[in-house]
Amino acid sequence: MSLDKATVAKVANLARIKIEEKDLEPMAAELNNILGWVEQLGEVDTDNVEPMTSVAEMRLRWRADEVTDGGYVEDVVANAPGGEDGYFAVPKVIE
Amino acid sequence: MSDLTKLTIAAARDGLAKGDFSSRELTAAHITAMTASKPLNAYITETPEQAVDAATASDARRAKGEAGKLEGIPLAIKDLFCTKGVLTTAASHILDGFTPHYESTVTANLWGAGAVMLGKVNLDEFAMGSSNETSYYGNVVNPWRRDGDESALVPGGSSGGSASAVASFSAMGATGTDTGGSIRQPASFTGIVGMKPTYGRCSRWGVVAFASSLDQPGPMARTVRDIAIMLESMAGFDAKDSTSVNMPVPNFENALTGDIKGLRIGIPKEYRIDGLSDEIDALWQKGIDWLKDAGAEIVDISLPHTKYALPAYYIIAPAEASSNLARYDGVRFGLRVEGKDLNDMYASTRAEGFGDEVKRRLLIGTYALSAGYYDAYYLKAQKVRARIAEDFRQAYLNVDAILTPTAPSAAFGFGEKGDDPLEMYLNDVFTVPASLAGLPGISVPAGLSKEGLPLGLQLLGKPFDEETVFRVAGVLEEAAGFTAKPTDWWRG
Amino acid sequence: MGMIIQGATGDWEVVIGLEVHAQVTTKSKLFSGASAEYGADPNSQVSFVDAAMPGMLPVINEMAVEQAVRTGLGLNAKINKFSVFDRKNYFYADLPQGYQISQFLQPIVGEGKIIIDLKDGETREIGITRLHLEQDAGKSLHDQHPSQTFVDLNRSGVPLMEIVSEPDMRSPEEAAAYVKKLRSIVRYLGTCDGNMEEGSMRADVNVSVRKPGEAYGTRCEMKNINSVRFMQQAIIYEANRQVDILEAGGTVDQETRLYDPDKGETRSMRSKEEAHDYRYFPDPDLLPLEFDDAFIKRISETLPELPDDKKARFISELGLSAYDAGVLVTEKEVADYFEAVAEGRDAKLAANWVIGELFGNLNRTGKDLSESPVGANALGELIDLIKDGIISNRIAKEVFEEMFDTGKAAGNIVEEKGLKQVSDTGAIEAAIDAVIAANPDKVAEYRGGKDKLFGFFMGQVMKATQGKANPGVVTQILKPKLDQ
Repeated sequence: MSLDKATVAKVANLARIKIEEKDLEPMAAELNNILGWVEQLGEVDTDNVEPMTSVAEMRLRWRADEVTDGGYVEDVVANAPGGEDGYFAVPKVIE
Repeated sequence: MSDLTKLTIAAARDGLAKGDFSSRELTAAHITAMTASKPLNAYITETPEQAVDAATASDARRAKGEAGKLEGIPLAIKDLFCTKGVLTTAASHILDGFTPHYESTVTANLWGAGAVMLGKVNLDEFAMGSSNETSYYGNVVNPWRRDGDESALVPGGSSGGSASAVASFSAMGATGTDTGGSIRQPASFTGIVGMKPTYGRCSRWGVVAFASSLDQPGPMARTVRDIAIMLESMAGFDAKDSTSVNMPVPNFENALTGDIKGLRIGIPKEYRIDGLSDEIDALWQKGIDWLKDAGAEIVDISLPHTKYALPAYYIIAPAEASSNLARYDGVRFGLRVEGKDLNDMYASTRAEGFGDEVKRRLLIGTYALSAGYYDAYYLKAQKVRARIAEDFRQAYLNVDAILTPTAPSAAFGFGEKGDDPLEMYLNDVFTVPASLAGLPGISVPAGLSKEGLPLGLQLLGKPFDEETVFRVAGVLEEAAGFTAKPTDWWRG
Repeated sequence: MGMIIQGATGDWEVVIGLEVHAQVTTKSKLFSGASAEYGADPNSQVSFVDAAMPGMLPVINEMAVEQAVRTGLGLNAKINKFSVFDRKNYFYADLPQGYQISQFLQPIVGEGKIIIDLKDGETREIGITRLHLEQDAGKSLHDQHPSQTFVDLNRSGVPLMEIVSEPDMRSPEEAAAYVKKLRSIVRYLGTCDGNMEEGSMRADVNVSVRKPGEAYGTRCEMKNINSVRFMQQAIIYEANRQVDILEAGGTVDQETRLYDPDKGETRSMRSKEEAHDYRYFPDPDLLPLEFDDAFIKRISETLPELPDDKKARFISELGLSAYDAGVLVTEKEVADYFEAVAEGRDAKLAANWVIGELFGNLNRTGKDLSESPVGANALGELIDLIKDGIISNRIAKEVFEEMFDTGKAAGNIVEEKGLKQVSDTGAIEAAIDAVIAANPDKVAEYRGGKDKLFGFFMGQVMKATQGKANPGVVTQILKPKLDQ
């Protein structure tokens, strides 16, 4: 599996990172270098092995259904680079 | 009065208790040291006024007989921990100006124990790096230099600022976070002690996330005892973190008995990697001998999937990061670069806000999770991870702890490993396997390289058995008798 | 009956599947302690977790889990004791984390079914594919500013159940019946308030067309429809659009379309056309969701009687018609009201009063049952007066109107207005005699075989007694007198 320029552009779009056209090719090379090295995982026999998504050997804890948080709009929007009247704001989205 | 910055946390604690000096005095000495350490660029944000206020309050508490376990001890905080009212950057341009309105659980625990914050220390951007060369706020410099050579060396990473601050005596201890070795490797590079606790021991709440299934906060200080003292205050169950384990926190200091007779120490043959330098190999052998001399039984063990840990890690961590870092979008906090529409704003903000290494990992991670590649990369890596964890489980049926080198080399110069990311990734070869398995690990300074640079040995333990790790580490530290200090060239 | 579109090339069948998003009834959000209540000031019900501030972590709300299991049980569905929360990754202004925590491969509830009620008492079974828990997104407001979209995160993190049906529906009516039935069930269960105006229930509608018996055609999805009427309109428009394309030799593109109720048409949502790749993976901030049989058992023991069972009981035990039973069970409040009225009384009579007079007056005044001035006990008292022969059915209707308008008790009205039924045979006989005497020609006609005129005499007698005469007694006396 090898990434071409178009795939890098697609992935960069999914990740919402702007990459200049001229940088696509070098980026593809860098990523292929890493992915090529990762290929060695194919040597490991993982038949009948469950993927390990968490190392914590415990059950998920549940929270009681109580209102214990929120109610501090000033704190929530304090760091926002845009917005007014308690709202966040982004460039107009046309649906 | 002698130089208070040279004290260990344990000694300072005793001195404060006896009234030999106040937290104000101790803190003032460290503020002076912090200011003098600017050439090291260890701190991103210094908070001397707040430190003085906190020290004053600490002295008042002590006067009332309300001293906590870290009462009056000045510490540096890795700038990945959110601190209420204090700029928190993750060393990234994208968090420009971000001032949290909340305090991370770990730092809140420290303040609750009486500790004093000196400032926020530098790191690799979003903790992604092994040399502290990826910070938006510039490189951190290692206080150590090669004998007869004035060229600057890296402090390791990602907790490089923490390591540099502690090694340069501008903080008595520091918080770090370890995802694949980010506490242990810089500890090794700077001649200090650093511990990654068991995953779930310290709360991740309020710590800027890199890779959620791997991230774990931990302490960095100059002695094993200091680490034990710090961890006891940092750790503990947190209902706000679903992966925090509800277990009592032992008195870790009590684990430092000095007695390891009959303990079985595993030596994994797979860590004897190709091209391991003779001096690292020799140091490892010394460590084995020290423990054997102290009465431990040395057992050769096998961790067969060790070599696959790094490639698995470099899929899993970026995959999680690609999702964790999606929230940096210019909407609610941090940097915003305007664009012609919403998506353009996102893409421009993230292009300008993230550095090259972060971008590289986000792209790898996005690709590894994308349709058609998920099974081949992410799922495969998580299965390999399961096999690595199983290796450890098997080994621990037979041994109590495992001894390995911490890093494959001593600290290196800036730009020496710049071109090929893979060369940099290899720094984590000995630390990553335990991260994938969620195990506790400590790096203890054990000797100097031929060039006069510190080298660390790593001890790994069973899940939630930090006590055995501390016990062995105490003996290792004692035997190594590492007393070397960097010359304080940065004071000019 | 399925909807058939007659095209030039033959008949087309419409195939519909629904994904209903139902807000889970809880006090707080799915993964944070902020309030899940509707309609607060912008961003006032937002925690740092909901705003996806750096370092914030999710912790699951136990009530959301319980409600999902309860709903699953109500849908006769398989409950999965092990399920997994995944992250669905995409960027949008009202999705602060850059991902939605949802359940992808392993949902909390698996296959189940719903019986939908159609015209004339007909029913059909619609398959449920799955039910999973997920977070709602925030809200984008596009009309507050000329160049900016405003974002309110109050809804961000509110718990939703996504209930996915099989593509089992064949007409807009069936889709409507499905939504109504699902709404009825979750309201009975108390797991969702079913309020479509406030967005507590909204549907993504998948529509395709095919020649009967052929494989499924390509489907289009219309998102976020929050009214049953709009949903039906959208299905009709969309099915016809697809038939037109296919009959013209074209192909239907699989896409997301927006239904515009003002124009009555669907249109392609080009902004969402970019290839989506959600990169689902298990959320590493959470562990798998697990519970045991005892947990399920505890919930199943608290399950209320659901509309289908209630309807069956009303028919078999109370002798109601299928139609009346169906009408009475749709809303739990109505069914409860009816049962209170029917308790110890003639159930059919009670049903007639609830469906006839009560509903009629509620409709007339635009009131909800909860606002009815006549409570179940008051209506019961009125029915008792009829049963005891104290007032006639006709008078009872007048009394009910009065009760409805004034809130007074039936007994008081009857007393005050002197509406008590006359059973005094002497008085009634006198009235009958007067009526017979006043209508000699009608009497002759009746005796000549025009039996139908009996009603006329009844009416005249009732009129003469201002409706207060006991109709039974009147009949008893009138009949022999006329037959003489």
